Amino acid sequence: MKQFQGRIITPGEVTAEAVVTTQGFNTLASFQMALQFGDKEVKCGDQNNEELHGKPLIGKALCLPQTIGSTTGGLVLYCACAMEKNPACMLFSNHVDSLAAAGAVLADVWVDNVSMPVIDSLGDEFLNYVKDGMKITVKANGIVEVDG
Amino acid sequence: MILTQEQQAILDGSKGETMAKVMKTIVMYGEAFEAEKLVPITSKYNHLVTSFGLKVMSPVYDLMQQLLDAGVASGQNFSVDPRPLDKNVPANILQNLVFNKFMYTKQDFYEKQLKELGLMNDKAFTCTCYMDEVGNKPQKGDVLSWAESSAVVYANSVLGARCNRNSGIIDIMGSIVGYVPYFGLLTDEGRKATWIVKINTTKKPEAQLLGSAIGMKVMEDVPYVVGLDKWIGAELNDSACAYLKDFGAATASNGAVGLYHIENLTPEAVELGEKLIAEGAKEYIIDDAELERVQKNYPVIWKNPDATPKLCFVGCPHLSLQQLKDWTDKIEAELKKNGKKKVIIPTVFTAAPEVLKAFAKTDYEARLKATGVITSYICPLMYMNNPLCKKMPVITSSNKLRTYTSARYYTDSEILKIITDGGK
Repeated sequence: MKQFQGRIITPGEVTAEAVVTTQGFNTLASFQMALQFGDKEVKCGDQNNEELHGKPLIGKALCLPQTIGSTTGGLVLYCACAMEKNPACMLFSNHVDSLAAAGAVLADVWVDNVSMPVIDSLGDEFLNYVKDGMKITVKANGIVEVDG
Repeated sequence: MILTQEQQAILDGSKGETMAKVMKTIVMYGEAFEAEKLVPITSKYNHLVTSFGLKVMSPVYDLMQQLLDAGVASGQNFSVDPRPLDKNVPANILQNLVFNKFMYTKQDFYEKQLKELGLMNDKAFTCTCYMDEVGNKPQKGDVLSWAESSAVVYANSVLGARCNRNSGIIDIMGSIVGYVPYFGLLTDEGRKATWIVKINTTKKPEAQLLGSAIGMKVMEDVPYVVGLDKWIGAELNDSACAYLKDFGAATASNGAVGLYHIENLTPEAVELGEKLIAEGAKEYIIDDAELERVQKNYPVIWKNPDATPKLCFVGCPHLSLQQLKDWTDKIEAELKKNGKKKVIIPTVFTAAPEVLKAFAKTDYEARLKATGVITSYICPLMYMNNPLCKKMPVITSSNKLRTYTSARYYTDSEILKIITDGGK
Protein backbone atom coordinates (compact mmCIF):
# COMPACT_ATOMS: atom_id res chain seq x y z
CA MET A 1 0.00 0.00 0.00
CA LYS A 2 1.17 3.51 -0.80
CA GLN A 3 -0.01 6.84 0.51
CA PHE A 4 -0.17 10.15 -1.32
CA GLN A 5 -0.90 13.52 0.25
CA GLY A 6 -3.11 15.79 -1.81
CA ARG A 7 -4.98 19.06 -1.42
CA ILE A 8 -8.67 18.99 -0.60
CA ILE A 9 -10.93 20.73 -3.12
CA THR A 10 -14.14 19.26 -1.72
CA PRO A 11 -13.97 17.13 1.41
CA GLY A 12 -15.11 13.60 2.14
CA GLU A 13 -14.07 10.02 2.84
CA VAL A 14 -14.62 7.11 0.50
CA THR A 15 -13.25 3.75 -0.62
CA ALA A 16 -13.59 2.70 -4.25
CA GLU A 17 -11.95 0.88 -7.13
CA ALA A 18 -9.66 2.92 -9.36
CA VAL A 19 -10.19 3.75 -13.02
CA VAL A 20 -7.22 5.56 -14.45
CA THR A 21 -6.55 7.88 -17.34
CA THR A 22 -3.14 9.39 -17.93
CA GLN A 23 -4.50 11.82 -20.53
CA GLY A 24 -6.90 14.73 -20.00
CA PHE A 25 -10.40 13.60 -19.05
CA ASN A 26 -12.95 15.15 -21.39
CA THR A 27 -15.96 15.50 -19.10
CA LEU A 28 -18.61 16.25 -21.72
CA ALA A 29 -17.42 13.57 -24.14
CA SER A 30 -17.14 11.04 -21.31
CA PHE A 31 -20.55 11.58 -19.68
CA GLN A 32 -22.92 12.96 -22.30
CA MET A 33 -24.29 9.76 -23.83
CA ALA A 34 -24.41 7.82 -20.57
CA LEU A 35 -26.31 10.54 -18.72
CA GLN A 36 -28.71 11.22 -21.54
CA PHE A 37 -29.64 7.68 -22.30
CA GLY A 38 -29.74 6.23 -18.84
CA ASP A 39 -26.65 4.01 -18.91
CA LYS A 40 -26.70 2.62 -15.37
CA GLU A 41 -22.96 1.93 -15.41
CA VAL A 42 -22.20 5.38 -16.82
CA LYS A 43 -19.67 4.00 -19.28
CA CYS A 44 -17.13 6.51 -20.56
CA GLY A 45 -18.19 7.69 -24.02
CA ASP A 46 -15.01 9.53 -25.02
CA GLN A 47 -13.82 7.90 -28.22
CA ASN A 48 -10.51 9.79 -27.96
CA ASN A 49 -9.63 8.24 -24.62
CA GLU A 50 -8.51 4.65 -25.23
CA GLU A 51 -7.79 4.08 -21.54
CA LEU A 52 -11.34 4.83 -20.42
CA HIS A 53 -13.64 4.42 -23.41
CA GLY A 54 -16.41 1.96 -22.52
CA LYS A 55 -15.39 1.59 -18.88
CA PRO A 56 -17.94 2.25 -16.09
CA LEU A 57 -17.37 5.48 -14.16
CA ILE A 58 -20.15 5.41 -11.58
CA GLY A 59 -18.89 4.73 -8.07
CA LYS A 60 -15.27 4.52 -9.21
CA ALA A 61 -12.23 6.40 -7.97
CA LEU A 62 -11.45 8.38 -11.09
CA CYS A 63 -7.69 9.02 -11.24
CA LEU A 64 -6.64 11.63 -13.76
CA PRO A 65 -4.22 14.45 -14.51
CA GLN A 66 -6.92 17.07 -15.24
CA THR A 67 -10.14 17.53 -17.19
CA ILE A 68 -10.27 19.07 -20.66
CA GLY A 69 -12.77 20.14 -23.30
CA SER A 70 -16.05 22.00 -23.31
CA THR A 71 -16.93 24.51 -20.61
CA THR A 72 -20.11 22.55 -20.01
CA GLY A 73 -17.75 20.23 -18.11
CA GLY A 74 -18.57 21.62 -14.68
CA LEU A 75 -22.31 21.51 -15.10
CA VAL A 76 -22.10 18.00 -16.53
CA LEU A 77 -20.28 16.93 -13.36
CA TYR A 78 -22.86 18.79 -11.29
CA CYS A 79 -25.68 16.96 -13.10
CA ALA A 80 -23.91 13.61 -12.68
CA CYS A 81 -23.77 14.26 -8.92
CA ALA A 82 -27.37 15.51 -8.71
CA MET A 83 -28.47 12.35 -10.54
CA GLU A 84 -26.23 10.19 -8.33
CA LYS A 85 -24.31 8.95 -11.36
CA ASN A 86 -20.98 10.41 -10.35
CA PRO A 87 -17.62 8.80 -9.70
CA ALA A 88 -17.03 8.07 -6.00
CA CYS A 89 -14.20 10.57 -6.02
CA MET A 90 -11.91 12.43 -8.41
CA LEU A 91 -8.19 12.30 -7.77
CA PHE A 92 -6.00 14.68 -9.73
CA SER A 93 -2.26 14.28 -10.10
CA ASN A 94 -2.03 17.92 -11.26
CA HIS A 95 -3.61 21.07 -9.89
CA VAL A 96 -7.35 20.91 -10.45
CA ASP A 97 -8.57 22.73 -13.58
CA SER A 98 -11.30 25.36 -13.65
CA LEU A 99 -14.02 23.09 -15.08
CA ALA A 100 -13.52 20.24 -12.64
CA ALA A 101 -13.25 22.67 -9.75
CA ALA A 102 -16.54 24.24 -10.81
CA GLY A 103 -18.29 20.88 -10.98
CA ALA A 104 -16.94 19.83 -7.59
CA VAL A 105 -17.92 23.12 -5.93
CA LEU A 106 -21.38 23.24 -7.53
CA ALA A 107 -22.09 19.72 -6.31
CA ASP A 108 -20.77 20.50 -2.84
CA VAL A 109 -22.79 23.70 -2.40
CA TRP A 110 -26.00 22.90 -4.27
CA VAL A 111 -26.54 19.13 -4.09
CA ASP A 112 -27.73 17.63 -0.82
CA ASN A 113 -26.86 14.12 0.31
CA VAL A 114 -24.18 13.50 -2.32
CA SER A 115 -20.51 13.44 -1.52
CA MET A 116 -17.80 13.30 -4.17
CA PRO A 117 -14.45 14.07 -2.56
CA VAL A 118 -12.10 15.82 -4.94
CA ILE A 119 -8.39 15.85 -4.17
CA ASP A 120 -5.73 17.44 -6.37
CA SER A 121 -1.94 17.88 -6.53
CA LEU A 122 -1.27 14.19 -5.82
CA GLY A 123 1.76 14.30 -8.12
CA ASP A 124 2.98 12.39 -11.15
CA GLU A 125 4.10 9.49 -8.95
CA PHE A 126 0.48 8.88 -7.96
CA LEU A 127 -0.65 8.57 -11.55
CA ASN A 128 2.33 6.40 -12.45
CA TYR A 129 1.60 4.06 -9.54
CA VAL A 130 -2.16 3.68 -9.59
CA LYS A 131 -3.71 1.14 -11.98
CA ASP A 132 -7.27 0.14 -12.89
CA GLY A 133 -8.87 -2.05 -10.24
CA MET A 134 -6.65 -0.99 -7.34
CA LYS A 135 -8.42 -0.20 -4.07
CA ILE A 136 -8.41 3.50 -3.24
CA THR A 137 -9.21 5.03 0.12
CA VAL A 138 -9.64 8.78 0.43
CA LYS A 139 -9.21 10.13 3.96
CA ALA A 140 -10.69 13.30 5.38
CA ASN A 141 -7.25 14.94 5.63
CA GLY A 142 -6.57 14.60 1.87
CA ILE A 143 -4.44 11.46 2.14
CA VAL A 144 -5.11 8.95 -0.61
CA GLU A 145 -4.20 5.32 0.07
CA VAL A 146 -3.63 3.07 -2.93
CA ASP A 147 -3.73 -0.65 -2.26
CA GLY A 148 -2.38 -2.79 -5.08
CA MET B 1 -9.31 34.87 0.16
CA ILE B 2 -9.75 38.41 1.41
CA LEU B 3 -13.26 39.71 0.79
CA THR B 4 -14.49 43.30 0.93
CA GLN B 5 -17.05 44.16 3.57
CA GLU B 6 -19.78 44.04 0.95
CA GLN B 7 -18.70 40.63 -0.36
CA GLN B 8 -18.39 39.23 3.16
CA ALA B 9 -21.85 40.52 4.04
CA ILE B 10 -23.34 38.77 1.01
CA LEU B 11 -21.55 35.58 2.01
CA ASP B 12 -22.99 35.98 5.49
CA GLY B 13 -26.51 36.25 4.13
CA SER B 14 -27.21 40.01 3.95
CA LYS B 15 -28.94 39.48 0.59
CA GLY B 16 -30.62 36.22 1.46
CA GLU B 17 -29.76 32.56 1.65
CA THR B 18 -29.66 31.88 -2.09
CA MET B 19 -27.39 34.85 -2.80
CA ALA B 20 -25.13 33.64 0.03
CA LYS B 21 -24.90 30.23 -1.67
CA VAL B 22 -24.06 31.90 -4.99
CA MET B 23 -21.30 33.88 -3.29
CA LYS B 24 -20.08 30.74 -1.49
CA THR B 25 -19.84 28.98 -4.86
CA ILE B 26 -17.74 31.77 -6.35
CA VAL B 27 -15.50 31.99 -3.26
CA MET B 28 -14.92 28.21 -3.10
CA TYR B 29 -14.23 28.19 -6.84
CA GLY B 30 -11.62 30.90 -6.35
CA GLU B 31 -10.08 29.20 -3.33
CA ALA B 32 -9.41 26.11 -5.43
CA PHE B 33 -6.97 28.36 -7.32
CA GLU B 34 -5.59 30.24 -4.30
CA ALA B 35 -7.29 33.42 -5.55
CA GLU B 36 -6.59 36.20 -3.07
CA LYS B 37 -9.56 38.37 -4.00
CA LEU B 38 -12.62 38.82 -6.16
CA VAL B 39 -12.55 41.45 -8.90
CA PRO B 40 -15.52 43.22 -10.53
CA ILE B 41 -16.84 42.07 -13.89
CA THR B 42 -16.48 44.98 -16.33
CA SER B 43 -17.96 43.70 -19.61
CA LYS B 44 -21.33 45.03 -20.77
CA TYR B 45 -22.75 41.57 -21.44
CA ASN B 46 -22.22 38.05 -20.17
CA HIS B 47 -22.23 34.85 -22.26
CA LEU B 48 -23.62 31.52 -21.07
CA VAL B 49 -22.81 28.10 -22.45
CA THR B 50 -26.03 26.31 -21.53
CA SER B 51 -28.60 26.87 -24.27
CA PHE B 52 -30.28 23.51 -24.46
CA GLY B 53 -33.38 22.26 -22.74
CA LEU B 54 -32.32 18.65 -22.36
CA LYS B 55 -34.64 16.58 -20.24
CA VAL B 56 -31.67 14.92 -18.56
CA MET B 57 -30.25 18.26 -17.41
CA SER B 58 -33.17 18.88 -15.05
CA PRO B 59 -30.81 19.62 -12.14
CA VAL B 60 -29.60 22.69 -14.04
CA TYR B 61 -33.12 24.04 -14.63
CA ASP B 62 -34.03 23.33 -11.01
CA LEU B 63 -31.05 25.38 -9.92
CA MET B 64 -31.95 28.22 -12.33
CA GLN B 65 -35.46 28.19 -10.88
CA GLN B 66 -34.03 28.49 -7.38
CA LEU B 67 -32.19 31.61 -8.54
CA LEU B 68 -35.31 33.06 -10.17
CA ASP B 69 -37.54 32.26 -7.21
CA ALA B 70 -35.08 33.99 -4.90
CA GLY B 71 -34.99 37.03 -7.21
CA VAL B 72 -31.21 36.96 -7.61
CA ALA B 73 -31.06 37.35 -11.40
CA SER B 74 -27.97 38.90 -12.96
CA GLY B 75 -27.72 42.64 -13.52
CA GLN B 76 -26.01 41.86 -16.85
CA ASN B 77 -27.89 40.76 -19.94
CA PHE B 78 -26.30 37.88 -21.78
CA SER B 79 -26.05 35.91 -24.99
CA VAL B 80 -26.09 32.13 -24.92
CA ASP B 81 -24.90 29.22 -27.05
CA PRO B 82 -26.94 28.09 -30.10
CA ARG B 83 -30.32 26.45 -29.97
CA PRO B 84 -30.21 22.68 -30.49
CA LEU B 85 -33.01 22.29 -33.01
CA ASP B 86 -34.06 23.72 -36.37
CA LYS B 87 -36.69 22.24 -38.69
CA ASN B 88 -34.52 23.24 -41.69
CA VAL B 89 -31.87 20.70 -40.76
CA PRO B 90 -32.48 17.26 -42.27
CA ALA B 91 -33.69 14.67 -39.77
CA ASN B 92 -35.69 11.49 -40.25
CA ILE B 93 -38.92 10.62 -38.43
CA LEU B 94 -37.13 8.67 -35.73
CA GLN B 95 -34.61 11.45 -35.11
CA ASN B 96 -37.39 14.03 -34.87
CA LEU B 97 -39.18 11.79 -32.42
CA VAL B 98 -36.07 11.45 -30.26
CA PHE B 99 -35.29 15.19 -30.45
CA ASN B 100 -38.78 16.48 -29.70
CA LYS B 101 -40.34 13.81 -27.50
CA PHE B 102 -37.33 12.51 -25.60
CA MET B 103 -34.32 14.81 -25.58
CA TYR B 104 -35.20 18.50 -25.81
CA THR B 105 -38.53 18.47 -24.03
CA LYS B 106 -37.36 21.23 -21.68
CA GLN B 107 -36.35 23.66 -24.44
CA ASP B 108 -39.34 26.03 -24.22
CA PHE B 109 -39.26 25.94 -20.42
CA TYR B 110 -35.55 26.72 -20.31
CA GLU B 111 -35.78 29.51 -22.89
CA LYS B 112 -38.45 31.13 -20.70
CA GLN B 113 -36.04 30.89 -17.77
CA LEU B 114 -33.27 32.45 -19.85
CA LYS B 115 -35.51 35.40 -20.74
CA GLU B 116 -36.29 35.96 -17.09
CA LEU B 117 -32.61 35.67 -16.19
CA GLY B 118 -31.61 38.40 -18.70
CA LEU B 119 -31.19 37.03 -22.23
CA MET B 120 -30.18 39.92 -24.58
CA ASN B 121 -32.90 39.08 -27.12
CA ASP B 122 -34.49 36.04 -28.72
CA LYS B 123 -31.79 35.93 -31.43
CA ALA B 124 -28.86 35.97 -29.03
CA PHE B 125 -28.28 32.22 -29.44
CA THR B 126 -24.77 31.60 -30.82
CA CYS B 127 -21.33 30.45 -29.77
CA THR B 128 -19.88 33.44 -31.69
CA CYS B 129 -21.49 36.21 -29.66
CA TYR B 130 -18.49 38.46 -30.39
CA MET B 131 -19.46 38.86 -34.06
CA ASP B 132 -20.29 42.50 -34.89
CA GLU B 133 -23.78 41.45 -36.01
CA VAL B 134 -24.51 39.92 -32.60
CA GLY B 135 -23.07 42.74 -30.52
CA ASN B 136 -21.56 41.03 -27.49
CA LYS B 137 -17.97 42.06 -28.13
CA PRO B 138 -15.92 42.87 -25.04
CA GLN B 139 -13.23 45.53 -24.98
CA LYS B 140 -9.54 44.86 -24.41
CA GLY B 141 -8.93 44.46 -20.68
CA ASP B 142 -12.58 43.77 -19.82
CA VAL B 143 -13.08 41.20 -17.06
CA LEU B 144 -15.65 38.56 -18.03
CA SER B 145 -17.61 35.75 -16.41
CA TRP B 146 -18.16 33.91 -19.68
CA ALA B 147 -18.30 30.21 -20.42
CA GLU B 148 -18.22 28.45 -23.86
CA SER B 149 -14.67 27.37 -24.53
CA SER B 150 -14.46 28.73 -28.09
CA ALA B 151 -15.82 32.14 -27.07
CA VAL B 152 -13.57 32.39 -24.01
CA VAL B 153 -10.41 31.60 -25.97
CA TYR B 154 -11.42 34.12 -28.67
CA ALA B 155 -12.23 36.86 -26.14
CA ASN B 156 -8.91 36.35 -24.35
CA SER B 157 -6.69 35.92 -27.38
CA VAL B 158 -8.14 38.03 -30.18
CA LEU B 159 -9.96 40.72 -28.19
CA GLY B 160 -7.57 40.91 -25.22
CA ALA B 161 -10.35 40.55 -22.64
CA ARG B 162 -9.70 38.61 -19.43
CA CYS B 163 -11.67 35.51 -18.62
CA ASN B 164 -10.99 32.11 -17.14
CA ARG B 165 -12.36 28.95 -18.70
CA ASN B 166 -15.42 29.09 -16.51
CA SER B 167 -17.88 26.27 -16.49
CA GLY B 168 -21.56 26.57 -17.23
CA ILE B 169 -23.51 27.76 -14.14
CA ILE B 170 -20.35 29.42 -12.77
CA ASP B 171 -20.77 31.84 -15.70
CA ILE B 172 -24.12 33.13 -14.46
CA MET B 173 -23.22 32.93 -10.78
CA GLY B 174 -20.24 35.26 -11.28
CA SER B 175 -22.49 37.62 -13.16
CA ILE B 176 -25.12 37.53 -10.40
CA VAL B 177 -22.68 38.53 -7.65
CA GLY B 178 -20.84 40.85 -10.05
CA TYR B 179 -17.42 39.46 -9.21
CA VAL B 180 -15.07 36.70 -10.37
CA PRO B 181 -12.07 35.24 -8.52
CA TYR B 182 -8.75 36.77 -9.52
CA PHE B 183 -6.60 33.91 -10.78
CA GLY B 184 -5.26 32.28 -13.93
CA LEU B 185 -6.02 34.13 -17.14
CA LEU B 186 -7.15 37.23 -15.26
CA THR B 187 -3.59 37.85 -14.05
CA ASP B 188 -0.57 39.11 -16.02
CA GLU B 189 1.45 36.12 -14.84
CA GLY B 190 -1.26 33.66 -15.90
CA ARG B 191 -1.28 35.14 -19.39
CA LYS B 192 2.38 34.36 -20.01
CA ALA B 193 3.15 31.65 -22.54
CA THR B 194 4.70 28.43 -21.30
CA TRP B 195 5.00 27.00 -24.81
CA ILE B 196 6.62 28.42 -27.93
CA VAL B 197 5.00 26.87 -31.01
CA LYS B 198 6.97 27.30 -34.23
CA ILE B 199 5.07 26.96 -37.51
CA ASN B 200 7.38 25.52 -40.15
CA THR B 201 4.79 24.40 -42.72
CA THR B 202 5.17 24.86 -46.48
CA LYS B 203 1.59 26.09 -46.86
CA LYS B 204 -1.06 27.84 -44.78
CA PRO B 205 -1.96 25.35 -42.04
CA GLU B 206 -5.61 24.34 -41.75
CA ALA B 207 -6.93 26.35 -38.81
CA GLN B 208 -8.82 23.54 -37.10
CA LEU B 209 -6.04 21.01 -37.63
CA LEU B 210 -3.36 23.35 -36.31
CA GLY B 211 -5.51 24.19 -33.30
CA SER B 212 -6.08 20.52 -32.62
CA ALA B 213 -2.36 19.72 -32.74
CA ILE B 214 -1.52 22.57 -30.39
CA GLY B 215 -4.42 21.83 -28.01
CA MET B 216 -3.44 18.18 -27.68
CA LYS B 217 0.18 19.14 -27.02
CA VAL B 218 -0.10 22.08 -24.61
CA MET B 219 -3.40 21.08 -22.93
CA GLU B 220 -4.35 24.00 -20.62
CA ASP B 221 -1.14 25.98 -21.09
CA VAL B 222 -0.72 29.23 -23.01
CA PRO B 223 1.08 28.89 -26.36
CA TYR B 224 3.01 31.70 -28.08
CA VAL B 225 2.77 30.90 -31.79
CA VAL B 226 5.60 32.01 -34.04
CA GLY B 227 5.47 32.01 -37.85
CA LEU B 228 1.69 31.95 -38.32
CA ASP B 229 1.56 35.63 -39.33
CA LYS B 230 3.45 34.59 -42.45
CA TRP B 231 0.29 32.77 -43.54
CA ILE B 232 -2.56 34.81 -42.09
CA GLY B 233 -1.01 38.29 -42.03
CA ALA B 234 -0.29 40.82 -39.33
CA GLU B 235 -3.70 42.49 -39.32
CA LEU B 236 -6.79 41.37 -37.42
CA ASN B 237 -9.07 41.62 -40.46
CA ASP B 238 -12.17 39.48 -41.18
CA SER B 239 -10.13 36.68 -42.66
CA ALA B 240 -7.59 36.50 -39.81
CA CYS B 241 -10.33 36.72 -37.16
CA ALA B 242 -12.29 33.89 -38.78
CA TYR B 243 -9.12 31.79 -38.93
CA LEU B 244 -8.36 32.47 -35.27
CA LYS B 245 -11.97 31.68 -34.29
CA ASP B 246 -11.68 28.21 -35.81
CA PHE B 247 -8.11 27.68 -34.64
CA GLY B 248 -8.98 28.67 -31.08
CA ALA B 249 -12.06 26.46 -30.90
CA ALA B 250 -9.89 23.47 -31.79
CA THR B 251 -7.22 24.36 -29.21
CA ALA B 252 -9.96 24.64 -26.56
CA SER B 253 -11.84 21.44 -27.39
CA ASN B 254 -8.94 19.15 -28.32
CA GLY B 255 -7.05 20.47 -25.33
CA ALA B 256 -8.05 23.06 -22.75
CA VAL B 257 -6.46 26.22 -24.09
CA GLY B 258 -8.04 29.44 -22.82
CA LEU B 259 -5.56 31.89 -24.32
CA TYR B 260 -3.01 31.89 -27.12
CA HIS B 261 -0.73 34.58 -28.45
CA ILE B 262 0.09 34.88 -32.16
CA GLU B 263 3.32 36.76 -32.79
CA ASN B 264 2.79 40.09 -34.58
CA LEU B 265 -0.98 39.61 -34.65
CA THR B 266 -2.96 39.22 -31.42
CA PRO B 267 -3.14 42.35 -29.24
CA GLU B 268 -0.93 41.32 -26.35
CA ALA B 269 1.66 39.74 -28.65
CA VAL B 270 1.82 42.98 -30.66
CA GLU B 271 2.12 45.02 -27.47
CA LEU B 272 4.53 42.88 -25.47
CA GLY B 273 6.14 40.50 -27.96
CA GLU B 274 8.49 37.92 -26.45
CA LYS B 275 8.10 39.46 -22.98
CA LEU B 276 4.98 37.29 -22.88
CA ILE B 277 7.08 34.12 -22.92
CA ALA B 278 7.69 32.63 -19.48
CA GLU B 279 11.13 31.45 -18.46
CA GLY B 280 11.72 27.81 -19.35
CA ALA B 281 8.94 27.69 -21.96
CA LYS B 282 8.81 24.41 -23.84
CA GLU B 283 8.99 24.23 -27.62
CA TYR B 284 6.75 22.51 -30.16
CA ILE B 285 7.61 22.59 -33.84
CA ILE B 286 4.83 22.04 -36.35
CA ASP B 287 5.60 21.10 -39.92
CA ASP B 288 3.57 19.43 -42.68
CA ALA B 289 4.44 15.95 -41.39
CA GLU B 290 3.26 16.77 -37.87
CA LEU B 291 -0.12 18.00 -39.11
CA GLU B 292 -0.45 14.90 -41.28
CA ARG B 293 0.38 12.70 -38.27
CA VAL B 294 -2.24 14.43 -36.14
CA GLN B 295 -4.97 14.07 -38.76
CA LYS B 296 -4.14 10.42 -39.44
CA ASN B 297 -4.43 9.60 -35.76
CA TYR B 298 -8.05 10.72 -35.42
CA PRO B 299 -10.15 7.63 -34.73
CA VAL B 300 -12.84 6.78 -37.28
CA ILE B 301 -15.74 5.31 -35.37
CA TRP B 302 -18.21 4.88 -38.18
CA LYS B 303 -19.60 1.36 -38.35
CA ASN B 304 -18.53 1.25 -41.99
CA PRO B 305 -15.50 3.51 -42.45
CA ASP B 306 -16.12 3.52 -46.23
CA ALA B 307 -19.76 4.62 -45.95
CA THR B 308 -21.01 7.46 -48.12
CA PRO B 309 -21.59 10.50 -45.92
CA LYS B 310 -25.24 11.26 -45.25
CA LEU B 311 -24.77 14.74 -43.84
CA CYS B 312 -22.14 17.44 -43.70
CA PHE B 313 -21.86 20.17 -41.06
CA VAL B 314 -19.74 23.28 -41.51
CA GLY B 315 -19.83 26.00 -38.87
CA CYS B 316 -18.78 24.80 -35.44
CA PRO B 317 -18.07 27.37 -34.15
CA HIS B 318 -20.62 29.39 -36.13
CA LEU B 319 -19.46 30.84 -39.43
CA SER B 320 -18.80 34.53 -39.96
CA LEU B 321 -20.54 36.51 -42.70
CA GLN B 322 -17.34 36.54 -44.75
CA GLN B 323 -16.92 32.78 -44.34
CA LEU B 324 -20.47 32.23 -45.65
CA LYS B 325 -19.65 34.37 -48.68
CA ASP B 326 -16.30 32.65 -49.29
CA TRP B 327 -17.88 29.19 -49.08
CA THR B 328 -20.58 30.29 -51.56
CA ASP B 329 -17.95 31.36 -54.09
CA LYS B 330 -15.94 28.15 -53.62
CA ILE B 331 -18.92 25.80 -53.90
CA GLU B 332 -20.25 27.54 -57.00
CA ALA B 333 -16.85 27.34 -58.67
CA GLU B 334 -16.33 23.69 -57.75
CA LEU B 335 -19.81 22.65 -58.89
CA LYS B 336 -19.27 24.44 -62.19
CA LYS B 337 -15.93 22.66 -62.61
CA ASN B 338 -17.61 19.32 -61.96
CA GLY B 339 -20.59 20.03 -64.20
CA LYS B 340 -23.05 19.88 -61.30
CA LYS B 341 -25.70 22.26 -60.03
CA LYS B 342 -26.16 21.12 -56.44
CA VAL B 343 -24.10 19.56 -53.68
CA ILE B 344 -24.35 15.77 -53.63
CA ILE B 345 -24.24 15.40 -49.83
CA PRO B 346 -26.89 17.14 -47.69
CA THR B 347 -24.89 20.03 -46.28
CA VAL B 348 -25.70 22.42 -43.44
CA PHE B 349 -23.84 25.67 -42.76
CA THR B 350 -24.42 27.08 -39.30
CA ALA B 351 -24.12 30.70 -38.19
CA ALA B 352 -25.57 33.11 -35.64
CA PRO B 353 -29.17 34.21 -36.32
CA GLU B 354 -28.04 37.82 -36.75
CA VAL B 355 -25.25 36.77 -39.12
CA LEU B 356 -27.75 34.77 -41.18
CA LYS B 357 -29.99 37.84 -41.23
CA ALA B 358 -27.09 39.94 -42.57
CA PHE B 359 -26.29 37.18 -45.08
CA ALA B 360 -29.91 37.25 -46.27
CA LYS B 361 -29.46 40.90 -47.19
CA THR B 362 -26.77 39.96 -49.72
CA ASP B 363 -27.18 38.20 -53.06
CA TYR B 364 -25.00 35.40 -51.71
CA GLU B 365 -27.89 33.86 -49.80
CA ALA B 366 -29.86 32.98 -52.94
CA ARG B 367 -26.68 31.78 -54.63
CA LEU B 368 -25.80 29.47 -51.72
CA LYS B 369 -29.37 28.18 -51.58
CA ALA B 370 -29.17 27.39 -55.30
CA THR B 371 -26.24 25.07 -54.58
CA GLY B 372 -28.47 23.05 -52.24
CA VAL B 373 -26.66 24.05 -49.05
CA ILE B 374 -28.94 24.64 -46.07
CA THR B 375 -28.23 27.38 -43.56
CA SER B 376 -29.19 27.09 -39.91
CA TYR B 377 -28.62 28.67 -36.50
CA ILE B 378 -28.34 25.38 -34.60
CA CYS B 379 -25.50 23.84 -32.64
CA PRO B 380 -24.35 20.83 -34.72
CA LEU B 381 -23.01 19.26 -31.54
CA MET B 382 -26.45 19.30 -29.96
CA TYR B 383 -27.97 17.84 -33.13
CA MET B 384 -25.51 14.95 -33.10
CA ASN B 385 -25.69 14.35 -29.39
CA ASN B 386 -27.76 11.14 -29.59
CA PRO B 387 -27.18 7.46 -30.40
CA LEU B 388 -29.04 7.67 -33.73
CA CYS B 389 -26.39 10.01 -35.09
CA LYS B 390 -23.67 7.63 -33.99
CA LYS B 391 -24.89 5.26 -36.67
CA MET B 392 -25.02 8.05 -39.23
CA PRO B 393 -21.93 8.89 -41.32
CA VAL B 394 -21.58 12.65 -40.80
CA ILE B 395 -18.62 14.67 -42.04
CA THR B 396 -17.38 18.03 -40.82
CA SER B 397 -14.47 20.44 -40.98
CA SER B 398 -14.95 21.16 -37.27
CA ASN B 399 -12.44 19.59 -34.96
CA LYS B 400 -14.70 20.44 -32.04
CA LEU B 401 -17.58 18.49 -33.55
CA ARG B 402 -15.20 15.60 -34.28
CA THR B 403 -14.06 15.56 -30.67
CA TYR B 404 -17.50 15.28 -29.13
CA THR B 405 -19.39 13.20 -31.68
CA SER B 406 -18.96 10.46 -34.28
CA ALA B 407 -18.55 13.07 -37.05
CA ARG B 408 -15.50 12.50 -39.21
CA TYR B 409 -13.09 15.35 -39.73
CA TYR B 410 -11.91 16.57 -43.12
CA THR B 411 -10.14 19.78 -44.03
CA ASP B 412 -12.19 22.53 -45.68
CA SER B 413 -10.79 21.70 -49.11
CA GLU B 414 -11.52 17.98 -48.63
CA ILE B 415 -15.08 18.84 -47.54
CA LEU B 416 -15.49 20.99 -50.63
CA LYS B 417 -14.46 18.09 -52.87
CA ILE B 418 -16.66 15.56 -51.07
CA ILE B 419 -19.84 17.64 -51.12
CA THR B 420 -19.41 18.68 -54.74
CA ASP B 421 -18.05 15.53 -56.31
CA GLY B 422 -17.88 12.77 -53.73
CA GLY B 423 -14.23 13.48 -53.05
CA LYS B 424 -13.03 12.09 -56.34
